[in-house]
Amino acid sequence: MAEAAESPGDRETVSPRPLFAGLSDISISQDIPIEGEITIPMRSRSREFDSSTLNESVRNTIMRDLKAVGKKFMYVLYPRKSNTLLRDWDLWGPLILCVTLALMLQRGSMDGEKDGGPQFAEVFVIVWFGAVTITLNSKLLGGNISFFQSLCVLGYCILPLTLAMLICRLVLLAEPGPVNFMVRLFVVIVMFAWSIAASTAFLADSQPPNRKALAVYPVFLFYFVISWMILTFTPQ
Amino acid sequence: MATTAVPGGGTRSGAGPEWGGFEENIQGGGSAVIDMENMDDTSGSSFEDMGELHQRLREEEVDADAAAADEEDGEFLGMKGFKGQLSRQVADQMWQAGKRQASRAFSLYANIDILRPYFDVEPAQVRSRLLESMIPIKMVNFPQKIAGELYGPLMLVFTLVAILLHGMKTSDTIIREGTLMGTAIGTCFGYWLGVSSFIYFLAYLCNAQITMLQMLALLGYGLFGHCIVLFITYNIHLHALFYLFWLLVGGLSTLRMVAVLVSRTVGPTQRLLLCGTLAALHMLFLLYLHFAYHKVVEGILDTLEGPNIPPMQRVPRDIPGVLPAARLPATVLNATAKALVVSLQSH
Repeated sequence: MAEAAESPGDRETVSPRPLFAGLSDISISQDIPIEGEITIPMRSRSREFDSSTLNESVRNTIMRDLKAVGKKFMYVLYPRKSNTLLRDWDLWGPLILCVTLALMLQRGSMDGEKDGGPQFAEVFVIVWFGAVTITLNSKLLGGNISFFQSLCVLGYCILPLTLAMLICRLVLLAEPGPVNFMVRLFVVIVMFAWSIAASTAFLADSQPPNRKALAVYPVFLFYFVISWMILTFTPQ
Repeated sequence: MATTAVPGGGTRSGAGPEWGGFEENIQGGGSAVIDMENMDDTSGSSFEDMGELHQRLREEEVDADAAAADEEDGEFLGMKGFKGQLSRQVADQMWQAGKRQASRAFSLYANIDILRPYFDVEPAQVRSRLLESMIPIKMVNFPQKIAGELYGPLMLVFTLVAILLHGMKTSDTIIREGTLMGTAIGTCFGYWLGVSSFIYFLAYLCNAQITMLQMLALLGYGLFGHCIVLFITYNIHLHALFYLFWLLVGGLSTLRMVAVLVSRTVGPTQRLLLCGTLAALHMLFLLYLHFAYHKVVEGILDTLEGPNIPPMQRVPRDIPGVLPAARLPATVLNATAKALVVSLQSH
């Protein structure tokens, strides 16, 4: 910095200027802060060591996690190219969504005859093993995303389909008929497309560019199966 | 196992910057000389001491290293307790060996990189292989090339599972001892893996030149025809259409697989055995998938069973005394048999 204080015109002079000679001209304005701490950057999170979060109240812990989950929900609903879902991955959101979806898809198994609806365990297993399979597939195709990051993204992108399930449930309260079915079909298709768009926005960057289609196809199948389960759900 | 020692004394020559190296040596093994300087009078279990030592070292990584230096300094004093030191080092060896073995085993079995070369495909390649799986090649004089990849077959099996689910839903199939998804996955994966293994075994008996991976890939791509046929006929319920597609599309993909196998087998008996088995299994599987999960028009079944019973009701009335766990295949077989009879009667 001291040497840079020389003006370019000085280059023609033969005699070297002493160090710090130009510093007398430099004045530091008051609004540039030059104080701070010299710290080794440990982690990018602002969280302190874990022992200090043990003493906070349960409400604080839960609210912090819920806020993180809610923030990620917003990212899914308005998908932009951002790294938040990948960087701060967590599996709370996928768990909440999966449990909600499985509960809503469960038929009351009162009568043993018509027991063909998906039960809780079935939906749960489909979602998690489907996500694991897609993750393995994308890793084998050469993606550079970690296992849990991919699980996190796939789980969060079920949110549109869960909303579709809620809407379908409400629509099914009305009278059944072809109009009913068309409305539900439309809603499910829109949410299905939204899920795929959201997950592609997050996952596509981690794949080699010429293999994106290979990685997206199983995601398409996965959300197709879930959408199909939602669409064909009829409460008894 | 080479006896490596902890050269604590050796690396303590420079106090400050060497401590990182000291910890590395503890965990990574050092020179082959037992350092007689580091004697200590220890009592109790050396293994636990080692564990404690490792734990302490790990904790002290976060804190200042000077504290660790002072503590370690205080321990290795004088020539006392040679036995204690030796047993401590032996325990250290065992710890590290165990840890190494465990991590090696884990990286061997949990390593999905074993499968990575089989997924090294481009979309254009997958597309061309899908189309080629429907085109039988006549040249049987020298072995035809089979692409040994697993991405295409795996995706096709999953697609078949999805189509099967669709078919089961539209036919209002009721599965009693199981779930829809479980049945679909079990059927498709069971066919792919089971029939591949069986044909590979027959190929071994018939001296055909084909590896397990190639057989998996071949059969997997052969399911492409099944996917097409089922996708169309689960939505358009016409028996004549199904038979036409069964012969045409199913036949084409079977012919392709048969041609590849014939080109890799020598001898007419062997060729007949191998290809006959594969053709029969492949075509019959398509037939089974269609009829087991196909919606039959209500009136036709009524003529068989009586007017009051709804169609495709999978109550096992016909095979009494069957264990509950076996009801599912029994009911499905019943329905298949009935459907076959129905279709034969209606033609």
